Amino acid sequence: MTDHVSSAWTVTTRTRGTSVAIALIAVVIVAGFATPFFAPRAVIQDLFFILTMLVLAQCWNLLAGYAGLVSVGQQAFVGFGAYAMFAAVSLLGMDPLLAIVIGGLAALVLSVPTAFFVFRLQGAYFAIGTWVIAEVVRLSLAQWKALGGGTGTSLPSGATRDMPGVRLVADLLHVRGPQATDIVCYWLALVLAIVTIGLIYRLLRSKQGLGLAAVRDNREAARSLGVDPLWTKSFVYLVAALVTGLTGALIYVQKARISPDAAFSVPDWTAYVIFIVVIGGIGTIEGPIVGVIVFYILQNLLADYGSLYLLFLGLLGILIMLFAPRGLWGVFASRSGIQLFPIRRMLAARTDTKND
Amino acid sequence: MPILVLDQLSKSFGALKVADQISFALDEGEALGVIGPNGAGKSTLFNLITGNFRVDSGHIQFDGRDVTRQPPMARCLAGIGRTFQIPQPFEKLTVFENLLVAASFGSNRSEREVGDRCADILVETGLYPKANQLAGSLGLLQRKRLELARALATDPKLLLLDEIAGGLTEGECQELVETIRAIHRRGVSIIWVEHVLNALTSVVGRLVVLHFGRLIGIGDPATIMASREVREIYLGIEV
Repeated sequence: MTDHVSSAWTVTTRTRGTSVAIALIAVVIVAGFATPFFAPRAVIQDLFFILTMLVLAQCWNLLAGYAGLVSVGQQAFVGFGAYAMFAAVSLLGMDPLLAIVIGGLAALVLSVPTAFFVFRLQGAYFAIGTWVIAEVVRLSLAQWKALGGGTGTSLPSGATRDMPGVRLVADLLHVRGPQATDIVCYWLALVLAIVTIGLIYRLLRSKQGLGLAAVRDNREAARSLGVDPLWTKSFVYLVAALVTGLTGALIYVQKARISPDAAFSVPDWTAYVIFIVVIGGIGTIEGPIVGVIVFYILQNLLADYGSLYLLFLGLLGILIMLFAPRGLWGVFASRSGIQLFPIRRMLAARTDTKND
Repeated sequence: MPILVLDQLSKSFGALKVADQISFALDEGEALGVIGPNGAGKSTLFNLITGNFRVDSGHIQFDGRDVTRQPPMARCLAGIGRTFQIPQPFEKLTVFENLLVAASFGSNRSEREVGDRCADILVETGLYPKANQLAGSLGLLQRKRLELARALATDPKLLLLDEIAGGLTEGECQELVETIRAIHRRGVSIIWVEHVLNALTSVVGRLVVLHFGRLIGIGDPATIMASREVREIYLGIEV
């Protein structure tokens, strides 16, 4: 076998616009952290909604777009994470911030037996399996009388006001308690979104990300080349459950009121999330970001039309699937060649040592 | 010393016996050809050796170890590389990334460690100009080359080639044979299933003939091709 000097080739994921993209992302992050200093409470609440939906969408995109796991049961982890947080705060008197972590870990624990069952199923059967399990979890938690059974319950008054940082924010920004709670939740959502996107990007640029794409494209060939499909899929499924659980818990710290029907809502935590990923562009990190913005705008424009609004979302989703299956970002990226999160490994011969 | 020993391999799909008590051994560094009519069980034999199919009975020994119960990933890591008869590229990855997957997972190394090797294999197999294109955009010849390149990237001790020359023009086939010869010269053992006989016999030293899942002949190509049974079954010639 030929042994070359290791400098004959270069491998890079940088594209033309990479420096611009890094600058743009930095500006958005800084602006995101600064927003509470000048924006009214309604804006903070809307941004909180956008960010949490974005995290859920990134998780679903990781499952469906990269690992080929089309789940319609992610509400199981939203609801279970939220309920675990509620239990930790209401029954154990734990601090809500710590309870959010408990919520994430609880979802992670739930995902292990869930994976054991649903990984025996493929394609549409997998999707139905995840939904069935979510229903089982919802019905089980509706029996939990200490947390209000089927009607639900609220967080103990004062629980969120005593969260670390809330008093500091209230004093610093001269706002009242509930608004300070919203701001702390917003900052947590922002951190969660940045960390989630950062970790997904890192994963996709790693060897495991490559293995994931290989399994998605051709499972048999991947197996013959040393990739373990079960390992890569399980890893993604567990990580998505953990982050989805954290998000669910955070959402319900901000809402401060929970019921089984809301926490395990199929439209809220799965249908909207799928819509966001599909219209934005499945299989890209940018897709869910574009999708969540479009979704937010549509929701505000069509808020007064009741169930017609859902019909319209469905119709739009179908049209995009038919005419732009790679979503809005996919269309834009293929026309412009711009990528905010490039993951392609490009091979080039190093020009100064080309006398190979 | 044999690198691969097949001992009484059998496999059925329902009532159909696709492998029936197949036994033979391959020496280290040897190149062996497998021929037989369509449906003789040639691709099945490969799927049994790689672990994509489980054997019903029998044993497979590779490199001194029994691998009969090992999954495909483990056998790949042990040093069995294969190409598929119908190319199976990772279509949404680039040609180079296809090799990165094979090299990093197939020999359990980091992406950084295998980058140069992948580039060298792309040059050797003539795929370098297509390195950064999506594998889904390749034509047949290049897909076949990618199959070969990807199998090589796993750093195999044994290379299984499944009709890699089928459907190629005379010139393309000749180029491919040269590449395979070079790989063989480096000491890689080869089992090659092929219908293009002149390509096959220009590389391999022995031939195995399969018919309805049974091994009906093994030996040097000239003797095998002269045997009455093979001529009747394989070439359809009445003797």
